[in-house]
Amino acid sequence: MIKLIQIELYKIFRKPRTYIGFGAIAFIVTVVNLGFLFEGEQLLGFLLDSLKDKFLLSGNLINAYTMTFVILNSLWIHLPILISITAGDMISGEANNGTFRLLLTRPISRSKLLTAKFFSAWIYTVLLLLFMISLSLIMGYLMFGVGDLIVIKSTISILSSDDTLWRFGYATLYGILSMTTVTSLSFLLSSLSENSIGPIVGTFAIIVGLTIVSTLGYALIGPAIPYLFTTYLPSWDLFFTMELDTAKLTHAIYVNLAYTIAFITFTFYYFKNKDILS
Amino acid sequence: MKKEVFLEFDHVSKQYKDFLAVNDLSFKVYEGDIFGFLGPNGAGKSTSIRMTLSLIKPTSGNITLLGKSIVNEREETLAQVGALIEKPDFYPYLTAQKNLEILGKISGVDNLATKVDEVLELVGLSERRESKVKTFSQGMKQRLGIAQTLLHDPKLIILDEPANGLDPQGQVDMRELIVRINKERGITVIISSHILNEVEQICNRMVIINRGKSMVEGNVSELLTGSRMKVSYVTNDNKQTLELLANSDFKQFVTGIEKEKLTLLIEHENIPELNNFLSNEGVKVYSIEPIRSLEEYFISMTK
Repeated sequence: MIKLIQIELYKIFRKPRTYIGFGAIAFIVTVVNLGFLFEGEQLLGFLLDSLKDKFLLSGNLINAYTMTFVILNSLWIHLPILISITAGDMISGEANNGTFRLLLTRPISRSKLLTAKFFSAWIYTVLLLLFMISLSLIMGYLMFGVGDLIVIKSTISILSSDDTLWRFGYATLYGILSMTTVTSLSFLLSSLSENSIGPIVGTFAIIVGLTIVSTLGYALIGPAIPYLFTTYLPSWDLFFTMELDTAKLTHAIYVNLAYTIAFITFTFYYFKNKDILS
Repeated sequence: MKKEVFLEFDHVSKQYKDFLAVNDLSFKVYEGDIFGFLGPNGAGKSTSIRMTLSLIKPTSGNITLLGKSIVNEREETLAQVGALIEKPDFYPYLTAQKNLEILGKISGVDNLATKVDEVLELVGLSERRESKVKTFSQGMKQRLGIAQTLLHDPKLIILDEPANGLDPQGQVDMRELIVRINKERGITVIISSHILNEVEQICNRMVIINRGKSMVEGNVSELLTGSRMKVSYVTNDNKQTLELLANSDFKQFVTGIEKEKLTLLIEHENIPELNNFLSNEGVKVYSIEPIRSLEEYFISMTK
């Protein structure tokens, strides 16, 4: 299995499209950091304007943690697209290139091949996420240093700098879980398709579609919203409150796990019985 | 010596929703055969080959390779088979060598580096081993396709339209390569093709299928000579010879003069008798040419 995963990873990292994700993240992180470097005071002033009357804000408020927190907010929409470029190509790309005929006529089970492909896509996902977070922290540290993190949601949390890093650690682990759900969705769509565009567009459409419906169609699908995985894509920020909402976090983890297992199970069942006509 | 049955289709059918692609197909391929799998487009050749390689599951019937079920013992049987299906598609962004290494690793080939060298040498691609496949011509891809079938020392190779997209010289080279693999390595070969000339020249046995059904199966030379064949004669005076034959016991065989050649539709065993007759009558025969070919046989079986 390790040999198969190595082969799949080799194939992934020899494709130029693989680096689109890393390039896009490097670009976003750099632009956001530079934006704050030149316009940071104004941006922060705009964000904290309403607080100035009630709080005395001092110290290094634009820092590596603030930057990483801001950048993590892109997680729920940008990262799934970048993940689907690779995960959505894992099966459909082979069908499109005609290389499935080469692979599936080898003395190896379809399940093993599929397992290797999924783990390779997952490793790519993890690397992409770690790259984004570590680049944000490093670039933010080099440009701004460290400091306290102010999180404004329904409540205001001011997290001291020595109480922040572990939160990013757990947020990263949660991000890996929620992005694994996205990876398994892309993987499922990839098994249904004969070209790579379908899974990429499909993943994006499902995530954006469900998010819009959740936001605007509350009356229509209100009871279902707590059970949609898209509801919990941005739940990494639950780690950035003074008191952790463990009940909500646990529910988010279960929903992500349930969807991941369902997507993968269906992919394996479908692909094992699929006639390869490409 | 009776040859071992290598591959057997036993009443195999494949039904898609409202389309029966393969209909109760049965045939056998024996050890050492170069077996032609013939049929017009849409006859069910590719579906049958894909079923042999377990890319498609049969709806009913059994396919066995060396006595083992392709469906139930998929990995064991595929370890004995190398295949080139339709186009020779590879990872275009990788070199020829890397493509083969990947496929060899998946197949669990021992001494992979040596094996890759050996098959690249066999197909004449050693000097292009470091070139990316996207720079290859169709002929080179086809040869690389043959190379990958041999990586894991299979006992059977299946080639689906191996001459597709090749120029005439490429087709000749491909035929020579297939015969060499069969003779030197003792590998049984199945060739699916609608290029009849190719099959006629290199196959010893064949099956012709049409609309998913087997029309005929057997030894190529026996099938082609077992019935009347069309023969053209060039004599010193074709018109006079035509009149002579029209008034003889051979009149039933005469079909006329086509392109300044006297043509007859005649059984194989009657040809020496006809030659004797013409010789005794003082007719000078300059050439005798069989026109009856696999092409006509194929058309007669599939129309």
